[in-house]
Formats: sequence, C-alpha cells, structure tokens
Amino acid sequence: MIYLDNSATTKPFPEVIDSFVTVATKYFGNPSSLHELGRQAERLLQQSREQIARLLHVKPNEIIFTSGGTEANNMAIKGIALQYKNRGKHIITTAIEHPSVSEPCKQLEELGFDVSYLPVNEKGFITIDDLMKTIRDDTILVSVMHVNNEVGSIQPIKEIGQLLKNYPKIVFHVDNVQGVSKVPLHLYEGRVDLCTMSAHKFHGLRGAGILYIREGIKLSPLLAGGEQEMKVRSGTENVAAIVAMTKALRMSLEMYEEKIHHLMKVKEAWIEQLSAIPDIQLNTPIDHSAPHIINFSLNGLKSEVFVHELAKHNIFVSTTSACSSKKKAPSKTLIAMGAEPKRAESAVRISLSFKNTIEEIPIAIDVMKNAIKKLQEVTR
Amino acid sequence: MERIYLDHAATSPMHPDVVETMVPFMTEIFGNPSSIHFFGRQSRHAIDVARETVAKSIGAKENEIIFTSGGTEADNLALVGVAMANRQKGKHIITTAIEHHAVLHTCHYLEKQGFEVTYLPVDERGKISLEDFQRALRDDTILVSIMFGNNEVGVLQPIKEIGQMLKEHQAFFHTDAVQAYGLIPIDVNELHIDLLSVSAHKINGPKGVGFLYARETVKLIPRLYGGEQERKRRAGTENVAGIVGMAKAVEIARQTMNEKASMYRSFKEKMLGIFEQEGIPYIVNGDENNSLPHVLNVAFPGTNVESMLVNLDLAGIAASSGSACTAGSIDPSHVLVAMFGKESERIRSSVRFSFGLGNTEEQIEKAAYETVKIVRRLTNK
Ligand SMILES: Cc1ncc(COP(=O)(O)O)c(C=O)c1O
Ligand SMILES: Cc1ncc(COP(=O)(O)O)c(C=O)c1O
Repeated sequence: MIYLDNSATTKPFPEVIDSFVTVATKYFGNPSSLHELGRQAERLLQQSREQIARLLHVKPNEIIFTSGGTEANNMAIKGIALQYKNRGKHIITTAIEHPSVSEPCKQLEELGFDVSYLPVNEKGFITIDDLMKTIRDDTILVSVMHVNNEVGSIQPIKEIGQLLKNYPKIVFHVDNVQGVSKVPLHLYEGRVDLCTMSAHKFHGLRGAGILYIREGIKLSPLLAGGEQEMKVRSGTENVAAIVAMTKALRMSLEMYEEKIHHLMKVKEAWIEQLSAIPDIQLNTPIDHSAPHIINFSLNGLKSEVFVHELAKHNIFVSTTSACSSKKKAPSKTLIAMGAEPKRAESAVRISLSFKNTIEEIPIAIDVMKNAIKKLQEVTR
Repeated sequence: MERIYLDHAATSPMHPDVVETMVPFMTEIFGNPSSIHFFGRQSRHAIDVARETVAKSIGAKENEIIFTSGGTEADNLALVGVAMANRQKGKHIITTAIEHHAVLHTCHYLEKQGFEVTYLPVDERGKISLEDFQRALRDDTILVSIMFGNNEVGVLQPIKEIGQMLKEHQAFFHTDAVQAYGLIPIDVNELHIDLLSVSAHKINGPKGVGFLYARETVKLIPRLYGGEQERKRRAGTENVAGIVGMAKAVEIARQTMNEKASMYRSFKEKMLGIFEQEGIPYIVNGDENNSLPHVLNVAFPGTNVESMLVNLDLAGIAASSGSACTAGSIDPSHVLVAMFGKESERIRSSVRFSFGLGNTEEQIEKAAYETVKIVRRLTNK
C-alpha cells in the first residue's frame, strides 16, 4: 500500500494508540472530579497542556483543547466576532480557506458582519499589499491559513503579523491544521493571537484539537456548560485523546528535526517525475510551498476516476480536500488561483508523511501513467 | 487498598469490548470518511452501521442521528440550533431549574440573545409539576428542554406527559438523556420527543463523542460550520473510532439494561439498609420510587460534604457532591438549592453515590460501612 492522502488524515502512530488505550482504561476519571481518579485525570490533562505549550513555545494557559480543527476554527472566528462586535463588524480572510473558516464567515455575513476575502495570485499567495489596503477602522479579525490544504502554498504569516503590530486591536487567527510539524510557525514572533491545530493531521487521533489563544485575548464560547478549559470550552475533556495528541505532537516535531530533508527530497523527486508526464500540469508552487503537498491537474481528465483507478493498485491519493471530495465541485483554491475550470476540475492531490519513501515514487508513477492512458482511451 | 469507584454519573470506565472495537479503527481503518478511496469508504461504512445501531436504540431513523463531541455539544446544538432556526415563530423557551449546566448556561446565553426563558421550579423531591408546565406554556413557546433523569439526585421527570401535552403545540421537545440513556428504555416516538442528547462516556463508551437525535421535522441551525459531514448539521472530520466505540457501548447497554437497572437498585437498597441498621442519621434526596437506578444522593445531617468526600477518598471510595463539573467549585449544587432552598442544611451535607460497570455487592457493602464510620467520626457519635 502507498498512502498519499496525509492531508485528509494520517495514520496514528502505534505509540499514540498505546497511550490512548492506557489512559482510557486506567485513568478514566473525570478531570473535574475531586477524588483520586479525577485528580489523576486532571494531572494528565495539565501535563499535556504544559508539554504542548513547551513544544509550541507558548504558555500552558494559552492552550485550549477542542474536539478538532473544525471546532477550533468555528470557535475562533465566531467567538471573536461576537466578543468584539461592538468594536466593529469587519473581518478579513482569504479566498482559499478551509470550509471550517469560510463557512463560519458566511454565517457571520448573514448576521450582519462584513467579510473581505483576499484574492490569491496564480501561485496561491495573498499579498501584504492587498491586506494593507483591505484593513479598515472597523476590522476586528484577520484570519489567514498557514498552509493551504489543497495546493500547499505557505502564506506569509510572519509578514502579516509584522503588519498587524501596527493594529493592536485587530485579532489575528491562523489555521495551522496543515502546517503543524511540516512548516515551522513561531506564534509569538508571528504575533499570532489564535491558532488552530488538529491531532489527526499529525498522527494523533480524531476527536482532539487545539486552539491556541494568546493571553489577554477574550472570546465568546461556542459551547456553554460545565466551564472546563478556563471557561471557554465546556464539555468533559477527552483526556485519553488529548494525552495521545501530546505524544503525537512531540513525535511529529522530533520527526521534523530528523526527517525534514528526507521529506523535501521525496517531494522534489515527486515533482520531477510528475513533471515528466506530458498530460500533467503542476499546480503546487515550487517556492514557498509545504514539503508534503503536491497538487496537479490531469488536463481535463476525470480526477475521481483516476483516484479510483489508483486505489485499485493500493495507491491512495485524493481529488481535492477530503471534505468536499464527495461533490464534484472544482477545487476552490485552484479557481481562486485563476485556473480555468477544466484544470480546476481535474485536480489531484498527493500528500506525504515523513514515512513516505523515494522508492515508492516510480511504482506509483507507473500506475499513474497507465491510469492516464486508460482514461484517455475512454474519453477518446 | 482496593479503590471503589462510585462516581459513574461523572464518567464511567470503558467496557473492554468497546476498547477492543475501537482499536482497529485507529490502526488499520484510519481513513477519512469523506475520502472517496477504499480507506475512506471503509470508515464511512463503519459510521453508517454505528448510526443504525444508535438510531434503533431509541426508535429513530438513521438520518435523525447527529454525532457530536459529547453531551455538552449535543445540548448546545439542540438549544441554540432550534432557538436560532425558529425565532420567527416565537422567542420563548421552557426549561427547569435543575438542568445540567450544558443546558442552563446555554439558556443564559440565549437570554442574552433576546430569548425569554422560563425555569420551572421543582418540589422537594426534585420533580417539576405539570400544572406549572401547563401554565408556563405559551403560544410563542418554541422549545421545551426538560432533562430525562437528573445527574445529581436521579429524579425522573414526567417526560411522557410533557410529550403528550406538546403533541399539538409548535414547540419542539428536547430532553437531556445523558444520564437516563442506557438504563431506562426510551422510544422517541412513544414519548413524543423531538430532540434527545446522549454522551458516550456515561455508558462505558469513550469520552469525546455523543449524539443528538433530532426528529426529521426539526429545523436546526448548526453550531459547527465547515465540511458537509453529518448532513451539514455538524461539520468536522468524523471521530470514527469514537463513534464505533459508542455504538458498541450502546449495543452492550441495550443487552444488559434490565439486569443492570435491577442490580443498581439493589445496591441502593443495600446501602440504605446498612445506614438504617447502623443507625446513622441520613435522608435520601430525591424520590426513591421515581429515580435513575444508578444514582443515590444522601444527606448526612451534621456532616459537611467536603470532609465527607475527602474522608471517603482516603478510604478509597470515589463519590461526589453532585455533578463533576460543579464539584470543582465549592458553590452549593443548584439542584439541591432548587429542591430545598439556599438555607437548608442538606445542600451542604449531601453525597452522591453512582453505580456502574465493575461494582459488586461486596464493594457496595464495604463502601456503606466505611461511610457509616466516617459519618460517626465526623458527627462524634
Ligand atoms: C486547513 C484545514 N483546516 C481545518 C481542517 C478541519 O480539521 P478537522 O478535520 O480536525 O475538523 C482541515 C482538515 O480537514 C484542514 O485541512
Ligand atoms: C445530565 C447531563 N447532561 C450533559 C452532560 C454533559 O456531557 P459531556 O460530559 O459529554 O459533555 C452531563 C455530564 O457531564 C450530564 O450529566
């Protein structure tokens, strides 16, 4: 099997699963309970919070645990909008965000907020100039993703942060679901106020995510109830999945240190070999793109059929992002990059993990070439 | 020292079969259910089967089940979702004074958004009165949220009667069944329930997963926007292992419901019998004849709940003062206050024992005798 769909979800590390099972069975107490089992669970939760804070170079009280990336994004965007609506009702985001950012923004538009969607150039980047021009007196939030999940373009978070230093009242949110352990992001230097992460994208388990909330930033909670997580996120904590996520983050960041050059080499090799296939158009920008995402188009051929054809040979890739891959909609990011519909509709994404190898590439490339040939014959 | 866990209403250990069912969905079948390839389709299939199991357990249809991250999210989605989607029809909501904070705090939030909320009082046994309810019900009531069984004192509300009274009314009927589900048979059609919240970790399933049943006819605005999961009612990559684990817990609960319910009732009798026989002063809070089988809330006059709990904990017995969430704070339980008033001594001397998987008669006996010892020590008798 060659699994090349790590942006949709990653395979949990075995050690992560072990942690999950141990905590879930031995330390099953409710962290809010005062007795010994409760205190044990609370300690595990606190240790996780401290370790994650250390790994991200922030403070423990700035780490909020959520059920995943979608919840963290919803919480960040709607939470800030509701909290600061008296200051202003203008929000700036980009045209290429994940739906868990763009859909809450649309919901806020219905509630009377004004949202500007920054365009991207043909390589998938916003410009600081555009952002500067879009900022208004009543702007309360800027939300820009770090690594795009479809094409892998890396947005200039640090430069945005620099610019926003001149606007202390604007809250800066970054969706870093795809960037964690692949592209470093320094939260303090980047002047990031809020940052979303999701465990299942770095070999943790689904059901756990993180919203980093910089000390001093207030937001209106999305879930009301028992007031866990410093009162901003109610609900009994998923302790086992949180401990497992902590381990996954530590291991993934260690892997980054050891294997980032390997991953970059694998990506380069992929790009080289893909570029040699005449019917493939590369969509991922060569510079400023994540080391694990490669997007290409099939010159108008049906990408779902291609994906299925590859799956028959135990090679797993995806059309666009997993969430929208059921619809046959063209890639939103590619459209925003100005790709013609034919190109946007025939996009395929390969997404790597540190465990993918160079040896896999020729095997997969062969299957891809055959699949393309087959598709061309059918279309002809 | 053998530890005796009598706090199953706060959270419960996972059933070994649940853990076993979950593991393959982390190691092998780890695909994203939205992915169109084989891994994705396998995960999708697992979710479909789980949805069927869960739906069947309450007599619902599969498309009426929305998987969530737990009971709190299910409650929030039910209340905010229905309120926001139906505000053209009215802005009045009815609930009770003894709901879990996941409902109460959400109601406070809705009040800030311009809704009007009636909090029904309860009597000394913790029950609302149907007359009060009838009187509170108005033409512009859009939502009634009344918990099935209370998490602190175990009292059951007249769900059937309320469902009946709302049959011809526009208001949707939500019940927080987080504590009742799995021990009391529930059929949403028989009881005319429109929305119902469940949390897996209370029924020996995993934490971080639950579901909301929402009848087909219920109009609901989502809380989480993003991908099109859960028929656009709850975005977010599905927690497949958690969902499959919950379904397993549901299956086990269905098979063992009667047996467990009668066992826990006998535990209650056993405990109370020992208190009686040993002659310590105690009063049962709630209504013994109309209560969740696994929850026993007892006041020990002359004691103080914090010292009781610390001493029980030292003796290896995990109990609680009420819901785990309020337990973290020293504030008296809002449920006991609603039942007895702020001045009652009972709100400061009550302990909740809650039974579940793994408890044995010997454990219950031991816990009861230890309790007796502690009460004697604390009251110098
Ligand atoms: C960029 C980005 N943001 C947010 C999400 C949502 O995260 P989750 O799947 O944890 O809800 C995803 C993945 O689906 C993503 O790729
Ligand atoms: C009656 C009741 N409702 C809701 C909840 C919240 O559920 P969860 O812990 O899954 O968020 C609980 C438990 O804490 C409860 O006892």
